[in-house]
Amino acid sequence: MLNINQIKKDFPIFSSDPTLVYLDSTATSLKPRSVIEKMTEYYSKYSANVFRGIYKISEKATEEYEETRKITAEFIGSSNPDEVIFTRNATESLNLVAYSLGRLIIEEDDEVVVSIMDHHSNFVPWQQLAAENGATFKVIDITDEGYLQIFHKESRIQNSEFRIDLTGIISKRTKILALPYISNVLGTINPIKKIVEAAKKINPSLIVVADAAQAVPHKEINVKEIGADFVAFSSHKMLGPTGIGVLWGRYELLDRMTPFQYGGEMIDEVRIESTTFKHPPHKFEAGTPHIAGVIALKEAMRYLQQIGMKNIRDHEKAITGYAMETLKKTFGEKIQVVGPQDAKSRCGIMAFTFGSYHPHDIAQILDEDNIAIRAGHHCAMPLHKRLQLSATARASFYLYNGEEDVEKLVEGLRKVEKILK
Amino acid sequence: MSIYQDVILDHYHSPRNEGRIKNPSNSVSLSNPLCGDTIVMDVVEKNGKIERIAHISTGCAISKASASMLTEYVKGKTKDEVVKLDKDFILTMLGIELSANRLRCALLPLESLHKLIK
Repeated sequence: MLNINQIKKDFPIFSSDPTLVYLDSTATSLKPRSVIEKMTEYYSKYSANVFRGIYKISEKATEEYEETRKITAEFIGSSNPDEVIFTRNATESLNLVAYSLGRLIIEEDDEVVVSIMDHHSNFVPWQQLAAENGATFKVIDITDEGYLQIFHKESRIQNSEFRIDLTGIISKRTKILALPYISNVLGTINPIKKIVEAAKKINPSLIVVADAAQAVPHKEINVKEIGADFVAFSSHKMLGPTGIGVLWGRYELLDRMTPFQYGGEMIDEVRIESTTFKHPPHKFEAGTPHIAGVIALKEAMRYLQQIGMKNIRDHEKAITGYAMETLKKTFGEKIQVVGPQDAKSRCGIMAFTFGSYHPHDIAQILDEDNIAIRAGHHCAMPLHKRLQLSATARASFYLYNGEEDVEKLVEGLRKVEKILK
Repeated sequence: MSIYQDVILDHYHSPRNEGRIKNPSNSVSLSNPLCGDTIVMDVVEKNGKIERIAHISTGCAISKASASMLTEYVKGKTKDEVVKLDKDFILTMLGIELSANRLRCALLPLESLHKLIK
């Protein structure tokens, strides 16, 4: 387990709000001091635009900005920083692929495949694209345990020897397979590498788009190893500033794609008759970017690396296991955590129902004691429909959460019972 | 101040006018897809007044209490009186302060009622 008291000291919000029990890192994470200070550093010391100025502070800003690109590439196991594009958020990263590549390759009667556990941001862009281009939109279902329904009948995911069977899901006509690495509701960690392997065996030209927004903050990931063509994630869920998303893509694909937005920074030469564009990544970064945000994002990655991604994953596994056990012990069947029941095959996301209490009431009563959880459909309406639930309450854990947060949650839920009976 | 005041909890636990009316003058069913709250409301009008009203609400304590209290209030009221009811009335009726996120829960019954008497 990590030393929570030490870690909390690095997050200024715990000094200004010492009683805060923050259990909503799946929505957004808290920010360490080093990230906040780096934002201020840019604004107070070299607050110039990037790529344009032939003067010292602009060069410094550009250098800091591009350094984040390098560190981001290393952080996710890419050897080429030009494969890293900065966007506004993971949603924009996914939309970028849908617009710039999807509209280039999807034709009538092609297939676009997503899963029922996708966040709306990796569901709706593909649904809309398929509808616009007359393609078939297919949705992979889940099992009642909360795993993707892609496993060979005779193999179980708990067994590391499991086999993936995509017959009837992926075909030669499938152009896009869009999946979450980790579900933001079920917490399920999908075996993305094996899925990519199995899918590409059926159709080598298939493009796999992995939404890694819940994965990159919580576990070590290596884009080369995963084998997906695009990986999207967002800065604010991994201790970094809001307003920054990342899209990693295979360079040859990025090079083929049309720009997403046109304007400043992304052009090579503009004439009245025509325009030529820069190479990736700059082709996809039109206009002045969120410079301070990008610059500060590297401090978030440095912080995570200093703690160690493996330590973070182990910590979250332990705390999630403890939480699931404690909730069950205290409330029995009254608490139903959705998704895999085994803490090893899930991450620190715990969406649950509690008796017949409405998630809004649960969240509101917890808030009376400064416990922050999320209530609603968590941008996953098709999944909630599949689960036959209109909403769930969701508590999620990160590196600054410890057992005492779980105990506060339990206490809070007891109060919910007392008030709502 | 907690929004879970005794009066709210009382209406939540024992909602007034709960159920359906046979042969109503009008019926409406509304839902809030954001949180899954649903409400079905039936009304019997006589001489321009609400004679009987009933509802079945599923949702959070605030939406259920709001439906219960509102249906109690409007019995015997004229359409003109009901049309005038607004957000401020609901907040005064509930006697609590609500954040923007919870306001929709409290207002769903009023929205249903306004649809019902149109």
